[in-house]
Amino acid sequence: MNYLHSIGEYFLMLKGTFHRMTKTSVLKSLILKEIDDLIIGSMGIVSFLSFFIGAVVALQTALNLNNPLIPKSLVAYAARQSIVLEFAPTFISIIMAGKVGSYITSSIGSMNVTEQIDALEVMGINSLNYLIFPKIVAMLFYPFVIAISMFLGILGAYTAAVMGGFVPPDIFVQGLQEDFIPFHLVYAFIKTFLFAFILATVPAYHGYYMKGGALEVGEASTTSFVWTSVVIIITNYAVTQLLLS
Amino acid sequence: MIEVENLHKAFDGEEVLKGIDFKFEKSKTNLIIGQSGSGKSVLLKCMLGLFTPEKGVIKYDGKPYSEFTEDERKDLSKQIGMVFQGGALFDSMTVEENVMFPLKMFTKKQHKENKERVKEVLNRVNLDGNEKKMPSEISGGMQKRVSIARAIVNRPKYLFCDEPNSGLDPKTATVIDNLIQEITHEYDITTIIITHDMNSVLEIGENIAFLKDGVLAWKGDKSQIFKTDDETVTDFVYSSNLFQKVREAQQQGL
Repeated sequence: MNYLHSIGEYFLMLKGTFHRMTKTSVLKSLILKEIDDLIIGSMGIVSFLSFFIGAVVALQTALNLNNPLIPKSLVAYAARQSIVLEFAPTFISIIMAGKVGSYITSSIGSMNVTEQIDALEVMGINSLNYLIFPKIVAMLFYPFVIAISMFLGILGAYTAAVMGGFVPPDIFVQGLQEDFIPFHLVYAFIKTFLFAFILATVPAYHGYYMKGGALEVGEASTTSFVWTSVVIIITNYAVTQLLLS
Repeated sequence: MIEVENLHKAFDGEEVLKGIDFKFEKSKTNLIIGQSGSGKSVLLKCMLGLFTPEKGVIKYDGKPYSEFTEDERKDLSKQIGMVFQGGALFDSMTVEENVMFPLKMFTKKQHKENKERVKEVLNRVNLDGNEKKMPSEISGGMQKRVSIARAIVNRPKYLFCDEPNSGLDPKTATVIDNLIQEITHEYDITTIIITHDMNSVLEIGENIAFLKDGVLAWKGDKSQIFKTDDETVTDFVYSSNLFQKVREAQQQGL
């Protein structure tokens, strides 16, 4: 029953977010601030993780290919497929649920406990629109993060496979181009957009509707991470089933 | 002026306000006092439109709030200033940005004009030179003054204060009380203050509503509250040792 209530509340929150818009000039500066906090601020960790995940994927594939009948180009092929289809969009989104999600929940949650949200409402400002809408718009830039993650993941794979002496450079490049299906990129970016929306709204819900004090803000951040990850995983399954099977 | 007539509010079937009738007068500091759980904050939130009462009428300058259109409610919220118990300053903004916030949201004035108005208001609350500080860098008393500055920057018609001097030392609390009273007279506004503090009652209680268990138990002003024989009021007023000793001294003719 509680879950149903929360789901209903979440959709009502979404309805409220796109209602009674904040003044455009104010929104513009809020969106730029959110882009800086949520997108630019995540580039460092995303780049670092993507490069090394790509490297490890290539390394593991190369180390486990003992059969001389299997072409070495498979290392690049496997790295490309796993990075483009899952590691970049899904794995990075779960990392972002921890980084961006906790930030959103705790920032909105602390505004909640210190009556800053009430202050907005008393002034006649739609606090849902003021707080959540700029985050949703900022997260529209999230696919750029994932594109960079894909590029760096493949670069990491190339570095590990070629520098490690497992695959010659030309064979690696050939493997990258083998059986390339452009729709896989479309699929990856469709789910990235969905994950971006989830990353902006599920943590916002947990921050906005939390009750209590500082301790509860911490609890809400943890709960938000768990639920954002769960929703991302379920959405990933549903989208994959719908678009690829 | 704000009038409250037969106001009822319940949560989960439990009645918190049981038919409150009171007139909050213009250009006066109207105090709502009473013990914790007596319904003061609920009454305030009903007046602010944050809670919808089950029964009763709230009139802003004679017009019932329930008859306000969406646009009129929006306009009304621009005429309301609110000082929250904890200040409720936006902690990602400087003092200047906090005070400028309502101007940025609701006026089409140039940034320069807004800046001048902010300077004027900060000067009024004796906070010159603190424009660039963050809320975390100033004291509790200063935060309250910033909150007052933000509440009055748009020249509101109604000023609501939720325990504006809680957590402050007695001297700073008196400064805040006096500041609110001066602003009330200077801007000719209807000010409504929730407080537990009998010092505030003594300082600025021009029109007092005493709530007990969701009922208006007594009304009057600061000169009357210390003379009343009403036991529910005297129990509350003389609950502090200091006031009790003053009363004993008065009774002994000291």
